[in-house]
Amino acid sequence: MTAATGRPLLAVRGLRVVIGGRHILHGVDLDVAPAGVTALLGRNGAGKTTTVRAVLGLVPRTGSVLLDGAETVGLATHTLVRRGIGYVPEDRGVFAGLTVAENLRLAERGGPGNPADYALVHDLFPELAERAAQPAGTLSGGQQQMVAIARTLLNGNRLIIADEPTKGLAPRIVSEVAAALERAAEAVPVLLVEQNLALVRRLAGHCVVLADGRTAHAGPAAELLADAGATRTLLGVGRSAGPQPPSETAPLTPGAAVRPLQAGGS
Amino acid sequence: MPTVVLLTLTGLGLGALYFLVASGLSLIFGLMDVLNFAHGALIAIGAYATWWAASNGSGFPLAVGFGTAVGTAAAVLLELGLIRPLYRRPREQVLVTVGVSLAVPALLAGIWGTDTRPFPTPAALAGTFRLLGATVPVNRLLLIGAALLVLIGLELFLARTRFGLVVRAGVEDRAMVTALGIDVRRAFTVVFAIGGAAAALAGALGGVYYGEVDPGQGGSLLIFAFVVVVMGGLGSVRGAALASVVVGLVQQFADYYTTGGLGDLSVVVMLAALLLLRPRGLARLTGSLA
Repeated sequence: MTAATGRPLLAVRGLRVVIGGRHILHGVDLDVAPAGVTALLGRNGAGKTTTVRAVLGLVPRTGSVLLDGAETVGLATHTLVRRGIGYVPEDRGVFAGLTVAENLRLAERGGPGNPADYALVHDLFPELAERAAQPAGTLSGGQQQMVAIARTLLNGNRLIIADEPTKGLAPRIVSEVAAALERAAEAVPVLLVEQNLALVRRLAGHCVVLADGRTAHAGPAAELLADAGATRTLLGVGRSAGPQPPSETAPLTPGAAVRPLQAGGS
Repeated sequence: MPTVVLLTLTGLGLGALYFLVASGLSLIFGLMDVLNFAHGALIAIGAYATWWAASNGSGFPLAVGFGTAVGTAAAVLLELGLIRPLYRRPREQVLVTVGVSLAVPALLAGIWGTDTRPFPTPAALAGTFRLLGATVPVNRLLLIGAALLVLIGLELFLARTRFGLVVRAGVEDRAMVTALGIDVRRAFTVVFAIGGAAAALAGALGGVYYGEVDPGQGGSLLIFAFVVVVMGGLGSVRGAALASVVVGLVQQFADYYTTGGLGDLSVVVMLAALLLLRPRGLARLTGSLA
């Protein structure tokens, strides 16, 4: 459960969420390592997105969420985020009526953005500079995802939380997004909710698996993905018959076949 | 032709009043999901504060400034004191705003009586001018001019300021704005203050338009402002501007060319037809949500 090196950047303990009388999370425990990518995995409906939203205070929650040792449960979302969290929501959360430049400007905190941060964003996503004056609602899904990720790179965050950033994207764009996350993770730890296990294999050092609103497994990502039995039990993939989850059909790079999970880690 | 000119300018003047009320109402609902029934009370406060200042020797511009300032302060107090504690309780919020909409006119009536009070319109605004054969009251131009200034001011606020950016984003997705680390409640207060100022200005200028003030004046303006907000598209200032013009003109022309009172009915029928054909209102025609 403990991160590989040092104190976890984010330590979640006994996180519970009840919405409309329905128990969604029953006590999630989760550590995000102070460096690299930690993947949050689980079948559909396991509670991954709710966990992320609860960490951010976007849904009422109980339990403990320590960011760098400081308790954040009880803080308003904007206060908590200003302590250094960048969030890429599942639906991208891009403001359709605002231009690309306005979407980015909105993410700046405490004055105009740092030129070095903008330089990184434009280096990673040159398209965003070209389309600065374009309404974000007219961008493709991939370009919107670039805006969503770019927003997290503009404010000196200590942690980036990305909720299925490759969902619904074309393979070429998935590859670009993966490269951007990989580069971002060199500087800022990332908590990555992801169904695309090829991407998890490439990026994540550690993983946490949720099942039915509880933590079912935590450990090195490569170890889990190399264990066909565990992935079958925990994630429902690698079955010999029946349809594969969509994530396993989405290659990371154009034309590159995804290796079956049973074949082992990367 | 003279009749058409007079009806057009009177309709635009009435539309200007609707716009002043509806623009704030629309932004408040678009950003905060608050149906502010107390907006009529802010109109009445603006009207009475302006009337009081003008009756006590202040010049007209100073009286309007005073009325608008009092309305703005009342709006901020309303937001901070009554609405903010109830953001997560919409039902109670409706009850509170309805309560304020009843209490304020009752308070005004308690202090100054239920009778209408003649508004001390300055001589410069009491006259008429000739246009294409029509004799048009000067105050119509004042109303139209004020609404245009407010429209331009709101557009600049929304397009050029950081608060405006936060408001436009908040109208789309309030939760995401907070997830970017922005305290959206500050924008709530700013929007309430702007809405209160515009409503109080409508109250002040309504005194000129109607020639009198009475405690219930805000209520009747508010009903048509709600129609304008729905027709214009919730949260859209440009949509509200377009809908205000349409409602004001339809009301005036229908009242004149058919039986008196049919103007109000025409507006309601038009609203129903628009909602059937274009449920999101006129906002998309104007090319902007905010």
